[in-house]
Amino acid sequence: MTYIAKPKLHHPALVKNKVGYTRRDYEGNISTLCAGCGHDSISAAIIQACWELDIEPHKVAKLSGIGCSSKTPTYFLGKSHGFNSVHGRMPSVLTGANLANRDLIYMGVSGDGDSASIGLGQFAHCMRRGVNMVYIVENNGVYGLTKGQFSATVDKGSKSKRGVVNTDEPIDMIGLALLLGATFVARSFSGDKAQLVPLVKAAIQHKGAAFIDVISPCVAFNNHPGSTKSYDYLREHNEAVNRLDFIEAREEITAEYEPGSVVEVTQHDGSIVRLRKLAADYDPTDRIKVMTYLQERAAAGEVVTGLLYLDPKADDLHGYLETADTPLNRLGERELCPGSVTLERINASLR
Amino acid sequence: MKKIEAINDFVVKFANVNGSGSASANELFARSILRMGIPVSPRNIFPSNIQGLPTWYEVRVNESGYQGRRGGVDLMIAMNPQTWDQDLKEVEPGGYMFYDNSKPLPKSKFREDVNALGVPLTEICNATYSDPRQRQLFKNIIYVGALSALLEIDPSEIERLFSEQYKGKEALLQPNIKALRLGRDYAMKNLTCPLGIRVRRASNVGNKIFVDGNSATALGAIYGGATVCAWYPITPSSSLAEAFIGQCQKHRVDPATGKHRYAIIQGEDELASVGIAIGAGWNGARAFTCTSGPGISLMAEFIGLAYFAEIPVVIVDVQRGGPATGMPTRTQQSDVLACAYASHGDTKHVLLFPEDPGECFEFAAYAFDLADRLQTPVFVMSDLDIGMNTRLTNPLQWDDTRLYDRGKVMGYAELEAGKDFGRYLDVDGDGIPYRTYPGTHPARGAYFTRGTTKDRYARYSEAGPDYVDNMQRLLRKLETAKNLVPKPVLYPADKPARFGAIFYGSTSPAMQEALDVLGSRGIHINALRVRGFPFQEEIADFVAAHPWVFVVEQNRDAQLKTLLVNEARVNASRLIPVLHYDGTPITARFITDQIAQHAGARTVVPLKKVGA
Repeated sequence: MTYIAKPKLHHPALVKNKVGYTRRDYEGNISTLCAGCGHDSISAAIIQACWELDIEPHKVAKLSGIGCSSKTPTYFLGKSHGFNSVHGRMPSVLTGANLANRDLIYMGVSGDGDSASIGLGQFAHCMRRGVNMVYIVENNGVYGLTKGQFSATVDKGSKSKRGVVNTDEPIDMIGLALLLGATFVARSFSGDKAQLVPLVKAAIQHKGAAFIDVISPCVAFNNHPGSTKSYDYLREHNEAVNRLDFIEAREEITAEYEPGSVVEVTQHDGSIVRLRKLAADYDPTDRIKVMTYLQERAAAGEVVTGLLYLDPKADDLHGYLETADTPLNRLGERELCPGSVTLERINASLR
Repeated sequence: MKKIEAINDFVVKFANVNGSGSASANELFARSILRMGIPVSPRNIFPSNIQGLPTWYEVRVNESGYQGRRGGVDLMIAMNPQTWDQDLKEVEPGGYMFYDNSKPLPKSKFREDVNALGVPLTEICNATYSDPRQRQLFKNIIYVGALSALLEIDPSEIERLFSEQYKGKEALLQPNIKALRLGRDYAMKNLTCPLGIRVRRASNVGNKIFVDGNSATALGAIYGGATVCAWYPITPSSSLAEAFIGQCQKHRVDPATGKHRYAIIQGEDELASVGIAIGAGWNGARAFTCTSGPGISLMAEFIGLAYFAEIPVVIVDVQRGGPATGMPTRTQQSDVLACAYASHGDTKHVLLFPEDPGECFEFAAYAFDLADRLQTPVFVMSDLDIGMNTRLTNPLQWDDTRLYDRGKVMGYAELEAGKDFGRYLDVDGDGIPYRTYPGTHPARGAYFTRGTTKDRYARYSEAGPDYVDNMQRLLRKLETAKNLVPKPVLYPADKPARFGAIFYGSTSPAMQEALDVLGSRGIHINALRVRGFPFQEEIADFVAAHPWVFVVEQNRDAQLKTLLVNEARVNASRLIPVLHYDGTPITARFITDQIAQHAGARTVVPLKKVGA
């Protein structure tokens, strides 16, 4: 923990967004993570994304489980309600919160231990229910807070800092998310802010379960030669399939593109996601092809990043449950209590 | 041969095969007696099985309205050859054994002191119906018909029940009436009707309703304003969630839009279920989960989080016997300690103990007020006996002027006006801090929710004094809870009593009968029914006022007694446990015997020479 208070005084010339906030208004407390931790870059990307999207900070609820990654919601969006829940259980708490008030934006932050090991079940069921949320896994392949044990996403053959070689198959969070019905699936690298910020923005705007696996090197326990989650390894093996340039709804294309180099996907709510293709013939709306492609590239030793899959017709849990438009937490006696006359009728039917 | 003679006071037990369609016929039997104004209390005794294993339905007919299990059987409806021997053994001397005599049975299969009543059910069915399923289903109705003759049940009441049941499905009405008459006519012609035991129209049901505890609890949740329910199937609580689904579909659909004012999730397990309920509670919706003992074990970590993070959530525990399958389809009150102290760290939780479906409704609705007011998990401690059996209970009541108590929630106006907000700040000494719902105010009232590591303003703090300060406040909150949980109910003896008895939950009907029986034998007992935890002072005072107090419960380890000694600081040496835990509901006979024995041993006989 830190004892250094963050100065609240802002430079008067800081740029304000459409809802009147500066970028600094989206910050949280000073991070207590290790210097150089990939997680801090992810927090910075979330701050940037929310500011750019003109989201009022209090309209976001940020929830997490337990672990280094799950500590990070303290370090961004200080004006939002946050919930540091129990290990591996962020998805259920977030699902409940989302059911109670459908009007907020839900940001779930988790790690590879939190989501791929203890919380694998909750991760899976949250994806298949289509909870409208951004689910970010800050994936570093180790348990940081307990000092360097392997997590379940560590690649087979990857070496720990102490020289132990992992012999277990890794859990492929992206593959799982695709199989389980996530309607927005992306992978990025904490060291690539230019790629990550637009992905977070797109995920926030997506209606449904949006999953982003962010490889986020652990400088303390998993950044050495022999690790497949180190900064060096990622820079060498990162293969982006596309660049997400912008995603404003119904905005005209102003930049010039080579013909055939842009994919446009119109989502349910009319917003358009435009992707600049880096890999030829990559179609992010074809789930089967995406799965095949990812398996092929993984076998070739590449870490494919970018917006990997997007279901333009996605709906969310509220859609499936047909819940009322008014958030459930705003309903009172009038809407909820059937009253004494109905109860008398119920009594009569039980005689 | 002796024949038991009794009017409006006997026990009929149906021995059936699971999956044979007997349940609805048996309930029809129970309801027809009820319609004649005579109180009945049926109980399901069923195995962990869907089809093929034995299942029993025991109906106590009792004009005085005693609804506890009596023990013993006067008339056995032996429809399951597999359990014949065991069923026969259970019949009281002079009792009756009703059976299918389509195939002759050897004399060794009968008892000399039990009256055999044979009806060729299979033969009648085979002669009347060609479809095997019809043969099976109507066989059940045929025995109800025969019973109506043997016990003098008014057949028009049964026919009326048919017409209510098959409203809109009239094609089914006549075949059922026909089957009923087949059985009735056979019995009238071939058996001596009526038996020594029989019913006689009375008017002791009044305006009472006949409902199971799980349905009543679900209704309580509807009336109490629950909007989010997350659950995982587990006997005996599944029917509660299913009843809630049904009630929501009836009462919670916005008539204008057809949209739902509820969200129900069947979780992937109990952990997720309680997690969803806690998330919803954190975000200001009234939320609950329902489960049984094993689910409580799984939820324990989350329950601790909700306790420390002070999140309202209602947990209905429909208690049952221990782990795995088998005993779990039998009743117990064995989660009292598990719930009172659920989770890691120093935790104590609010418990409510309903005695019947009526209180299930009342306490379930109130639990949401309590959870919001106290910002903590609240347990409704039902059990299989109450939850899965239909019981006569007072009509459910609701006061339309009643408003939901949402507790201390700071809203936009207060935050905007600059009111000091500390999430864990006790501003008025009741131990309960203010909370805010996420999204309330752009600049004020946001806080970060954590388990324990925080100060009064929800700032991260690992400092010992901050932790102690918070823990002391949680104790103050528990003191406040004492005044909010339902008070115990005193049942004073007619005459001065040296003995006291404490009981709770589903023990209630058997206990009240036992008190009457003991009183008639000159053993006078003041009884106190505990309805909630934390315990009020009245409970300690009650114990202090009696040299000996029986604590009657349905578990092995005297769990409520332990809790009383721990938390109400009562003198343990005054407490005498009376424990019933074989999975069957406790009976008045059991309580009476136990208490009479203890009381006899503790009655001081004056040292006086007889005849001197």
